[in-house]
Amino acid sequence: MSEWSKALGGFAHSGAESATISGNRGLQIEEPLLFDQDMAGRSGVDLPSPPDVTERLGALRRERPIGLPGLSEPQVVRHFTRLSQKNYAIDSGLYPLGSCTMKHNPRLNEKLARLPGFADLHPLQPLATVQGALELIDTLAHWLKVLTGMPAVALSPAAGAHGELCGLMCIRAALDARGEKRTRVLVPESAHGTNPATAALSGFTVDAIPANERGRVDLAAMRAKLGPDVAAIMITNPNTCGLFENEIIAIAEAVHGIGGYFYCDGANFNAIVGRVRPADLGIDCMHINLHKTFSTPHGGGGPGAGPVVLAARLAPFAPLPWVVHDRQGFRLVELSDGEAGHALGRLKTFHGQIGMFVRALAYMMSHGSDGLRQASSDAVLNANYLLARLGDVLAPSFPGPCMHEVLFDDRSLRDTGVTTLDLAKALIDEGYHPMTMYFPLVVHGAMLIEPTETESKETLDRFVTVMRGLVAKAEAKEGAAFGAAPRFTPRRRLDETAAARKPVLRWRPAAEPSKAAE
Amino acid sequence: MSIVKYTRDHEWLRVDADTAVIGITDYAQTQLGDIVYVELPTVGRRVEKGKEAAVVESVKAASEVYAPVSGEVVAVNDALSGEPGKVNADPMGEGWFIKLRIANSKELDELMDEAQYQSFVEGLH
Amino acid sequence: MRYLPLTEADRAAMLAEIGAPSIDALFADVPPAAQVKGLFDLPRAMGEIEVERALSRLAAKNLPAGAAASFLGCGAYRHHIPASVDHLIQRGEFLTSYTPYQPEISQGTLQALFEFQTQVALITGMDVANASMYDGATSCAEAVMMANRLTHRKKAILAGDLHPHYRDTALTYARFAGADIATRSPHPDVPEDIASLVSEDVSCVVVQNPGVFGHVYDLAPLAEACHRQGALLIVVVTEVVSLGLVKSPGEMDADIVAAEGQSLGNALSFGGPYVGLFATREKFVRQMPGRLAGETRDVEGRRGWVLTLSTREQHIRREKATSNICTNSGLCALAFTIHLALLGEAGFTRLAAINHARAVGVAEQAAALPGVQLLTPTFFNEFTLRLPRAAAPAVDALAARGVLAGVPASRLWPSAGLDNLLIVAVTELNTDEDAAALIAGLREVLR
Repeated sequence: MSEWSKALGGFAHSGAESATISGNRGLQIEEPLLFDQDMAGRSGVDLPSPPDVTERLGALRRERPIGLPGLSEPQVVRHFTRLSQKNYAIDSGLYPLGSCTMKHNPRLNEKLARLPGFADLHPLQPLATVQGALELIDTLAHWLKVLTGMPAVALSPAAGAHGELCGLMCIRAALDARGEKRTRVLVPESAHGTNPATAALSGFTVDAIPANERGRVDLAAMRAKLGPDVAAIMITNPNTCGLFENEIIAIAEAVHGIGGYFYCDGANFNAIVGRVRPADLGIDCMHINLHKTFSTPHGGGGPGAGPVVLAARLAPFAPLPWVVHDRQGFRLVELSDGEAGHALGRLKTFHGQIGMFVRALAYMMSHGSDGLRQASSDAVLNANYLLARLGDVLAPSFPGPCMHEVLFDDRSLRDTGVTTLDLAKALIDEGYHPMTMYFPLVVHGAMLIEPTETESKETLDRFVTVMRGLVAKAEAKEGAAFGAAPRFTPRRRLDETAAARKPVLRWRPAAEPSKAAE
Repeated sequence: MSIVKYTRDHEWLRVDADTAVIGITDYAQTQLGDIVYVELPTVGRRVEKGKEAAVVESVKAASEVYAPVSGEVVAVNDALSGEPGKVNADPMGEGWFIKLRIANSKELDELMDEAQYQSFVEGLH
Repeated sequence: MRYLPLTEADRAAMLAEIGAPSIDALFADVPPAAQVKGLFDLPRAMGEIEVERALSRLAAKNLPAGAAASFLGCGAYRHHIPASVDHLIQRGEFLTSYTPYQPEISQGTLQALFEFQTQVALITGMDVANASMYDGATSCAEAVMMANRLTHRKKAILAGDLHPHYRDTALTYARFAGADIATRSPHPDVPEDIASLVSEDVSCVVVQNPGVFGHVYDLAPLAEACHRQGALLIVVVTEVVSLGLVKSPGEMDADIVAAEGQSLGNALSFGGPYVGLFATREKFVRQMPGRLAGETRDVEGRRGWVLTLSTREQHIRREKATSNICTNSGLCALAFTIHLALLGEAGFTRLAAINHARAVGVAEQAAALPGVQLLTPTFFNEFTLRLPRAAAPAVDALAARGVLAGVPASRLWPSAGLDNLLIVAVTELNTDEDAAALIAGLREVLR
């Protein structure tokens, strides 16, 4: 019996007393797909008739209909409003996802990103007409350089993983320029999956470094793996167990000693921003997730931005374009000749995620140097508070204080029949998005909790009450209730096995059968 | 009578003269969870002992299946494309992956027998 | 500070509970040499008033495209975005939600992604599409990587008509992945013949349709040439509105479509964030990068959606992943979906027809100017003019008069001898007055 079908058999369906005629439940509306609301010829946008011209499409005019549904404006507004009501969000409640930094997304950022002077600029306008935009990019770059202590920053990467790619590509370019071929990259076992994936994409082989019993990189094991074929080490600091790599300077020295580079995954920068300069730790490059540390909204999965700060020896390889400030004003270096002779080519179109830069800069300016220091302080305080208040009922994976996130594992759930997954689903019924589960892989049944600094003490206290209550229920062997969770959500547990075995990735009109895989 | 051998990567191998049928063990399928997809090699491909011969995917993991011995692929279990769940239901029977023509029967000696594999699995906890 | 709820009393109580003397004590693992004692050399905290003043000042130093007669294209297009779109994407449940890893509380995002994937498949004429990439160029680079994986070959051919940023991005990705890219020079005057270059060591051919200069191509013969050699045809579309009027890549037998979705729902925003579209054939689905929303049922038998085929992705497959992409372009994809939902079949096809018709009108007027030649006999909403002298200075002169006349080819190909070429895009937002200003302006500066 598959795991999923076991879950199905474990409890009764909702029952007749909660059935409604429409299938709706109060404010929760069963909303059909757009394609099932089609009326031919209907549109939610009024457009004039096209002027009468002789077409110049060279006999390539579309002949067949596309099959898009026609809806009016009120229907579309209602459709997406109803969909939004099925989502949890930071605006609704605590999102204790480790390494995601789900902090409040200020609306000032949205207002300023929409100023026509930013939003309505075409990327290829003559530079004289966009000096303010170039100054914005330069200002953001300045803040990032000061906060990290690094002399240069590559601004075009569109997300953290894209930034990792940028960093590793710069390292490869630097090695190529030195005439050296190094093929290995060292990555801790606890690293986020993007790290080894990025290393492989950049043409390296990945060598995993184990953690020691204190949850940090095992320095001796790392040293044993060093050699002249090691291009770089990729370290997240604080690491994915929520701990500061206290031997990081020794790690940097060891890698530099054999001629390698130090890539830092900056996903957890929120723990130290305004208090620690990553440059002082010996890094050569670090990507920063503007959608984590600097509050740009997650948007259900992006867009993000992943600028990469660079040491002087990697700066010449930064991808194009570069924003340069000189006596004539701001200009864009878009060609890899002259001053940018060693620059990596492009990593995407145009100049970067400018809309996210406006938002991030608005946030940075709102906090200022004092506010940012307070933000990281409160982030670390909040996480340690959760450790103190939950550490007796949940098993902290490593001893000592944590940074901005705290890692527990499922030892406390042993013999209860309740898994980390079950606990997470029960938490959903209590009105919370679950914490990060089963990551990092270095502990069993990991639960990684990052509250961030924008949560009040009252919110944390309520969360603690619920978590303690759920653990108590688990220990009292009320496992069946967990298996049935979540019960109060727009959908209950979904069959992920079926979704992967017979993928249905789009709507199809009734007449058209799905094409069989060839 | 066919001989069944095992690897430390939880593959089984059933030998019949110079042919071997290969799959993953019950322990492996339990660890992986519901299997959703199996990527099998093309018939005629030569595989090398210890190198990747197939990939098995569940909802939460994807795992390489390594060739326990070297040889030439003479058949693959096409039924798995429509019903990957066979690997969970009957891992050592209908959930088989590949049939190989064994290149070097000496490689069989390096594999574990049933008793050795059982104690290996027990030692994992 | 308005974003920080903790009070000093809270902090004291929490430290007491933790048993630490101060917050600084919690940072004891940081090497003392790396602990910054004072404040960084940056401005202090500001209220909304001051932040708004400072950033408005920067914004005011720019000329918004809407304040000029604007004819810029080349991969980013100025279209009307219906007012509802921006309101809906700013609903907190969309704006501030995370990736839908917990499907029970993310059905809004997942259903919208499923609708997005369907819309992209429909307009491109392909079988399946993913839940978005960063932009069209990274979508294109990933398509080349996918073609290499599928064919077990390493050599890709990029057409000369491919936007240089797409070409350069593919080159960057390929350089480090050990793949081989053959690029071709741009040739605005004559259609290219790539079919004869496809040999059996080629993994894919990448073409753009309409091409970067504007030409509209029939790709069916090229698709056939590719398939005969076991290679894939990748089609790039930088202006998705064209799909409302022009035959789709799917109908012309493309294998992968890598497109830029910015034209629908997303502001120009000086180049980003945009939204990459990625669509392919069903048989290739397991090699497709990026996230996928798939339909399924919950334990009560009700239809719902989940992220699926995740084992291809970085968080599971790690170094064997199809891509390293994690965060993609969710909110931009949602904006695209809402805009296209509002347009519908009738609106989308009419929008495309208006774009083409207005472009034809402007092109004819421009071609009538003394010394000006229209190089693209076929086009959708973007065409190329050969001017009697260098285009960049003409464009700069016109910008000073409030006309953004188009993209001089030298901006994208600085040393290809294309200095006299001007690429002009026309959309439904260009009025007759805009066109008149452009024509009069060109006549003036070319005298």
